[in-house]
Amino acid sequence: MNIVEPVQRNRIHPYKFNLWIAIGSMLMMFAGLTSAYIVKRNQSNWVDYELPAAFWFSTAAMILSSVTLILAKRSFKEKAMQAYRRYVFVTLILGTLFVLLQVYGFSTMWKSGLTHNSTVSVSFLYVIVGLHALHVAGGLVALILLALKAFNSKVKTYSSIPVELVATYWHFVDLLWIYLLVFLVMIR
Amino acid sequence: MSSVVSLHGTTTHHAHDDHHGHQHESFISKYVFSMDHKTISKQFLITGIFWAFVGGLFSVIFRLQLGYPDATFPFLEDLLGHWAKGGKLSPDFYYALVTMHGTILVFFVLTAGLSGTFSNFLIPLQVGARDMASPLLNMLSYWFFFIASIILLSSLFVQTGPASGGWTVYPPLSALGDASDGSKIGMDLWLVSMAMFIVSQLLAGLNYITTILNMRTKGMSMTRLPLTIWALFFTAVLGVLSFPVLLSGAVLLLFDRNLGTSFFLSDIVVAGKILPNEGGSAILFQHLFWFLGHPEVYIIILPAMGMASEIIAVNSRKPIFGYMAMVGSMFAITILAFLVWAHHMFVTGLNPFLGAIFVLLTLLIAVPSAIKVFNWITTIWRGNIRFTPGMICSIGFVSLFISGGLTGIFLGNAALDIHLHDTYFVIAHFHIVMGVSAFFGMFAGVYHWFPKMYGRYMNNTLAYIHIWATLIGAYLIFWPMHYTGFAGMPRRYFDYSGWESFKMFTGLNEFITIVAIIVFAVQLLFVFNFFYSIFKGRKVTDPNPWKATSLEWTTPINPGHGNWPGEIPEVHRWAYDYGKDGKDFIPQTTPVGADESKGH
Ligand code: HEM
Ligand SMILES: [Cu+2]
Repeated sequence: MNIVEPVQRNRIHPYKFNLWIAIGSMLMMFAGLTSAYIVKRNQSNWVDYELPAAFWFSTAAMILSSVTLILAKRSFKEKAMQAYRRYVFVTLILGTLFVLLQVYGFSTMWKSGLTHNSTVSVSFLYVIVGLHALHVAGGLVALILLALKAFNSKVKTYSSIPVELVATYWHFVDLLWIYLLVFLVMIR
Repeated sequence: MSSVVSLHGTTTHHAHDDHHGHQHESFISKYVFSMDHKTISKQFLITGIFWAFVGGLFSVIFRLQLGYPDATFPFLEDLLGHWAKGGKLSPDFYYALVTMHGTILVFFVLTAGLSGTFSNFLIPLQVGARDMASPLLNMLSYWFFFIASIILLSSLFVQTGPASGGWTVYPPLSALGDASDGSKIGMDLWLVSMAMFIVSQLLAGLNYITTILNMRTKGMSMTRLPLTIWALFFTAVLGVLSFPVLLSGAVLLLFDRNLGTSFFLSDIVVAGKILPNEGGSAILFQHLFWFLGHPEVYIIILPAMGMASEIIAVNSRKPIFGYMAMVGSMFAITILAFLVWAHHMFVTGLNPFLGAIFVLLTLLIAVPSAIKVFNWITTIWRGNIRFTPGMICSIGFVSLFISGGLTGIFLGNAALDIHLHDTYFVIAHFHIVMGVSAFFGMFAGVYHWFPKMYGRYMNNTLAYIHIWATLIGAYLIFWPMHYTGFAGMPRRYFDYSGWESFKMFTGLNEFITIVAIIVFAVQLLFVFNFFYSIFKGRKVTDPNPWKATSLEWTTPINPGHGNWPGEIPEVHRWAYDYGKDGKDFIPQTTPVGADESKGH
C-alpha cells in the first residue's frame, strides 16, 4: 500500500515541514532565554564582561561551514558525488572546529575567573552559548550520518531529502549563532 | 524551491515503507512500539487514565486532611508509611501530594491524556490521511511521555519524597535543596521528568501541525475541516511555541539547583545561614513559567472545545452555528493566550501600568470565549437533540465553561485580584473552567468516539450515572470554594483550624471532602465501563452509528493500519451538512448535487 497519495505529493515534504516547525520551537526557547537576559540586565548586580576572542574565530568557522554545505548541496543536485563528499567532509571539520572553539573560549573565560557561577551575566552566557553549542553538536551527528552515507558506496539511490533537511538545520544554527552573538554584543 | 525534484518517485514514501505488510506485525510492533496513530492514541488514553486515578487518589487523601484536620486514619499509615505516622498526614507530604496532584492532572492527564489521545486519533481520520506525517516521531512522542511518567512515578518512592513546591515550582523553594524535603531529589526528578515531557509534546505538536496542513485528502480545504481539527491545530501551535520557554526556565532552575548559579536567587537566608547567591530574581522564573503556564491552560481547554463543538452539532442534527466565528475566536484565543501571562503575577510588585495593560488583554479573552458559548447554545437551540452520553458531557462542558469563565473576569481585575489571589476563589475558578470542564470534554470524546476506537459501545446506563453524579458533585465541591475564597481562606495550607475566622468553614470543608470521595468513587464506574466495554461491550454493526458527516465514519468498523482499505475518499463539502434540504445529514464524501441549495 502506498501511504502517500498522489494529491499529497505536490505539497512541501512533511519532514521539511516538521523541521520548520521544530525550528520555530527552538527559536522560542532562545527567545525565552534572551528575554530573560534583558529582564535581568535591567536589575541590580549586573556585571558586564568581555566575550572571549575565540568566539569571533568560531563565528568565521560557522559561516564558512554554511558556505561549504551550500556547495555540497549544489554538487549533490548536479550528481557530482566526488565533490559532494569532499564538501560534506569539510563542513564536518568546520562544524567540529566551531564547537572546539566555543569550548576553548569558555576555558579562557574560566581561567580568568569568570566561572559559570561567578556572576549572573556570565552564567547566562554559559547557558545560552552552551545550549546553542549542543544544537550544533546535534547537527554534527546528522552531518556524520550524511558523510557515512556519502562514503558508503553500497548506497545506490540518492534522495536529496536528508541533504536538504540537514542543510536547513545547519543554516538555522548558523543564523541563530549570529543572532546570539549580535545580541550578546549589543545588549550590555 | 528545489524540493520539487525530490518529491517524485521513490523518495516521498520511503519513510513509510515499513508499514507495508502490516499483516505480519508481531505483538510488540503492533501493541507496544506501534507506529499506528490509532494505537498510539489508545496508549495515551490508557496511560492518562492511570494517571487520573493516581492524581485523583492524591486529592482524596489531602482532602481527608482538610475535611478532618483532627482525625487519624490508620489505613493512611499502611498506605504511606512514615508519611502518615499514626494515621496523620505529615505537613511535608501534604504539600508533596498537592504538588503531584497539580502536576499530574495538568500535564499528564489533561495535556498528554487529552490532546495526545484525540489529536492522534482524530487528525488522520478526520483530515483523510493514512497516518501522521512522521509515524516514527509520533511513536517517540508517546515513549518520551512514558519515560517522563516513570521518572515522576519513581520520585514518589525516594526517601525525601516527591517535589513539594506546588505545580508551579516557584523558586526559592524549588531552587534550594535545603528549603524542604520536597526540594531535594524529588525536585530534580520533577524537572527531568518535565524536560522529557516537553520533548514529547514538541515531537507530537510538530506532527499534528504538519499532518493538518500537509496531509489532507483531496477536496479537504481548511474551511471544510471539522472544528475538532481546528481546535487540535491551535492546541499544537500553542504547545510548540510555549513549551520551549518552560524548558529554558527548567534548565536555568537545574543550574541554580546543582551548579551554584544564581538566576533566580538573591539575598536568601535559610535556617539561619546566609547564602552566597547574589543578583538573581525569583520573579524572573514566574515570567518564564507563566509564559508557558497560561497558554497551557488553553492547550487543555481547546481540544475540549473542539470536541464539544463537533458532538453538539452531530447530536443536535444541525450545522454548527458560526463556523468561521468559531475558527476566528479560537485564533484570537491562541494569540491572546501569549499576551496575558502576567495576570498570574499581579501581586508580585508588577509595575501598575503594565498591570493595567495585562488587565485589558486578559479581559479581552472574554470576547472570543463568549462568542463560542453563544454559538454552542445557538447550535443546540431548537435542534433535534439526541441526549447521548457524549452530548450530555458536551452540554456539561459548556455549563462548566460558563461558570468558571465568569469568575475569571473577577480575577482578571488587578484590584480585585489583590484580595482573591492565592485563595480558594482561584481554586474554584480554575477547577471549574479548566479541570472539570476539560474532563467533561474528555469524557465526551471517549463516549462519542469509543465505537470507532474499539468497535464496541460503552454501557449507557453506567455512563448516565457517571456523568450526572460527576457534574452535580463537581459543582458541590467547587462552588462553595468561591465563598471560602472570598472570605480570605488561602490555598495550599495544611490546616485551617487554627484560625478563628475560618472556624465557620469546618462543616463546609467536611462536606466538600465527603462529596470529593463520592465523585472519586463514581469515576471508578467510568473506568470499569471503559475497560469492560473494550472486551464485552455491545458490538458496533453500523459503520456510522451517530449518523455523522465526517470522514472517520467512512472507515471500516475496525480500521486497520492505513485507515481506508482502498483509496482515501475525496471530500466535497464541509462537515456540517445536517438538516440541509430536508436531508438528515449529508456525508462530506457526497458530491454536491446539481439542485442542491447554495452555501452552508
Ligand atoms: C474569561 C476568561 C478568563 C480570565 C479573565 C481568567 C483570569 C485568571 C486570572 C487573573 C487568574 C490568576 C488568579 C490568581 O492567581 O490570583 C487565573 C487563574 C487561573 N486560570 Fe483563569 N481566566 C480565564 C479563563 C480561564 C480558562 C479558560 C482556563 C483554563 C482552561 C483558566 C485556567 C486558570 C488556571 C489553571 C489558573 C490558576 C493557576 C494557578 O495559580 O495555579 N482560566 N485566571
Ligand atoms: Cu492565565
